[in-house]
Amino acid sequence: MKLELRFFASVREALSCDAESVDVPAEVATVGALRDWLAGRGDTWARALGAGKSVRAAIDLDMVGADAPLHEGAEVAFFPPVTGG
Amino acid sequence: MGTRISISVQTEDFDVSSELAALRADDASIGAVVNFVGLVRDRNDGAQVAAMTLEHYPGMTERALEKIVVEAGERWSLAAARVIHRVGTLHAQDQIVMVATASPHRGDAFEACAFIMDYLKTRAPFWKREDTPAGSRWVEARESDDDAAARWDKPAA
Repeated sequence: MKLELRFFASVREALSCDAESVDVPAEVATVGALRDWLAGRGDTWARALGAGKSVRAAIDLDMVGADAPLHEGAEVAFFPPVTGG
Repeated sequence: MGTRISISVQTEDFDVSSELAALRADDASIGAVVNFVGLVRDRNDGAQVAAMTLEHYPGMTERALEKIVVEAGERWSLAAARVIHRVGTLHAQDQIVMVATASPHRGDAFEACAFIMDYLKTRAPFWKREDTPAGSRWVEARESDDDAAARWDKPAA
């Protein structure tokens, strides 16, 4: 499944990456599974997205929980808790 | 009641009086206007803050703000609402955010304004990076903001 990834704020900085196109294996079916899959790419990814980090996610511009299903061509974003206002 | 909604995410500053005049427009049903303006403080978490940079998620930020204001319009009698949030580099005393609500009566305008602001703090994708004498740092989210937003949660059906 092809996805468009976006990273913001401290997550973007930790990864030195703001956007990436990926093709994930079929078993990566939810946002939570995608996060685990990315965290498994290496130390930098584990530090930015690992289980201990407070990370939020959005699919196609809507904030979602870890159980949210992915779909072909989705824009999936990872970022820290928001601090606007 | 249909709510007139206007949302801007912008680098430029804003003028509160002209924004409030536009909010009222020619709508004689409006009996109450409540306005909140958020400013850059010169101290945060024990450090001097000279400047901060606000990052956002173009597209999602506007959509998240719109959803929050639409929900406010469903929960209170809201004739009009205006939200402006600045991004980019800001300095101490600068205006960051404005949330203005207009209703027939003050109760709705007060509550809708507080609701929009509390939800904005926890749901709209903005992130602050502060410049302090010790270097720059990302601002950590506060639990008190989650608590403030949670007070508007509807009781489970």
